[in-house]
Parts: sequence; structure tokens; C-alpha cells
Amino acid sequence: MATKIKARAKGDVTEILVLVQHPMETGQRKDKKTAKLIPAHFIQTMNIAVNGKSVADVSMGTGVSKNPLVGVQVKGAKSGDKIKVTWKDNKGETGGGDSAIK
Amino acid sequence: MKRRTFLKGTVASSALAVAAGAGLLKSGQVLAADWAADAFNARDLASATKSAVGGDGAASADIKIKAPLQAENGAVVPVKVETSLADVTSIAIMVAENPTPLATKVDLSGDAVGFYSTRVKMGKTSEIIAYVNSGGKILKSTATVKVTVGGCGG
Repeated sequence: MATKIKARAKGDVTEILVLVQHPMETGQRKDKKTAKLIPAHFIQTMNIAVNGKSVADVSMGTGVSKNPLVGVQVKGAKSGDKIKVTWKDNKGETGGGDSAIK
Repeated sequence: MKRRTFLKGTVASSALAVAAGAGLLKSGQVLAADWAADAFNARDLASATKSAVGGDGAASADIKIKAPLQAENGAVVPVKVETSLADVTSIAIMVAENPTPLATKVDLSGDAVGFYSTRVKMGKTSEIIAYVNSGGKILKSTATVKVTVGGCGG
């Protein structure tokens, strides 16, 4: 499941956008063909760090839309600063990615 | 319900203990990996709020919620929370009418400023409540999003 990170320094504040391809299943939807419940499958935690220092610990429930798009802002960051994102879902699957501020 | 919560808690904590024991988690990461099951599983707004942020707070004009007045598609509703309050340590977003009201919460640290954007699911027209922890004090702002079923854009 791909994780995309976008961050561009603009003045003093930099917005970091993270997009993860993830189904974010609630566990309450039924499969139309089998009429069985589709098991819950959603991201629970995500950490965003800049230059190895954590800036945001995100917790999510099933109320977050499919393919979550998360945005946070940091001050004082500059072009070239390293961003690291890691996430974990309720099935224990993990993912993430590395990027740098443009 | 109680039994289920108990079982879930036991399984989760024992899994964590096994992971920690196997050296998969460094001590500092144990807390970060903690998912507040009680808050996310709570089925009414009052208990979700209590578990997630400790209780209801006063309304603040310094918290701005940017969300559409009307959403054609309840499955993807963009929500942006911005605040000029000082020492923001966390921002929680609740959808009052959803089966489990707490949608997401972010704990901010380091150079992060009081800002959080995400996209939430909404079952029907509902109030969205943003709770901000500013220096240990809980403050909130609300916005109502009308969800049209089968509505078309424009």
C-alpha cells in the first residue's frame, strides 16, 4: 500500500501532506455477493517525523475516509529537511515512506 | 459489551508485551503505538469525548473548522482544523452522529503548529466538533455539515 508524502517550504510554515492507499474498512459493510460482513481493516496509528524528530502522532478510527489524506504543519522547516512517515493498521500491517521538503 | 472490551484489551496488551519482549519495540515506541481503543469504540459522543480528551470544553473563537456546508458524498468529507491558541498538544475530531463519534486525533510535538487536516466519513447530516488541548485546557469549536444522499454537485 503506497504512501505518498508531499511537503513544500513556503515561508515560515511548511505543510506536510501524507496520502496512504488503504481501504479503511469499518467492519460494518456487507459484501454484496456473499452477504457476509467485510472484516474491519483500517490504519490505527501514524507517526510523522522531521529530521528524526517526531512532530505528529496520529490516531485514526473507522471514521476516517478510504485512502486517508493527513495534513500537519511545522514551523522553521527548510528545503531538504527529511520527512519520515510510518503507520500501522488493525491487522498489524505496517507501511510508510521517506521524503524531503521541497 | 463489557466482556468484549475486556477481551480486546487483554489481547492487545499481551500482543504488545510479546512485541516488547521480542525487542521489536524500543521503550519509547510503546507509547506511540498505543491506540486508544476505548475512545475509538465509544458509541456515544459524551463517552467518546471523555475517553479521548478527558471531557467537554468551552467553545473558543480561536479554533477554526474548515469543512463544506454541504457534502454531496458523505464518504469523503474534508475537514481542516486551524487554531491560533498557544501550546497545542492535541487536536481531536468528532462526528457527533456517527456510530463511533471519534474519527481521529493527533498529538502534536516538536515544531508542529496548531493545524490538522483529514477526510472523514459521515453517515448523515451532523455536527463536527474539534477539541483542542491548549496547554492542558480543552477548548472546542463546532461546524455542521449537511450530507445529501444522492445529491449532485454544483
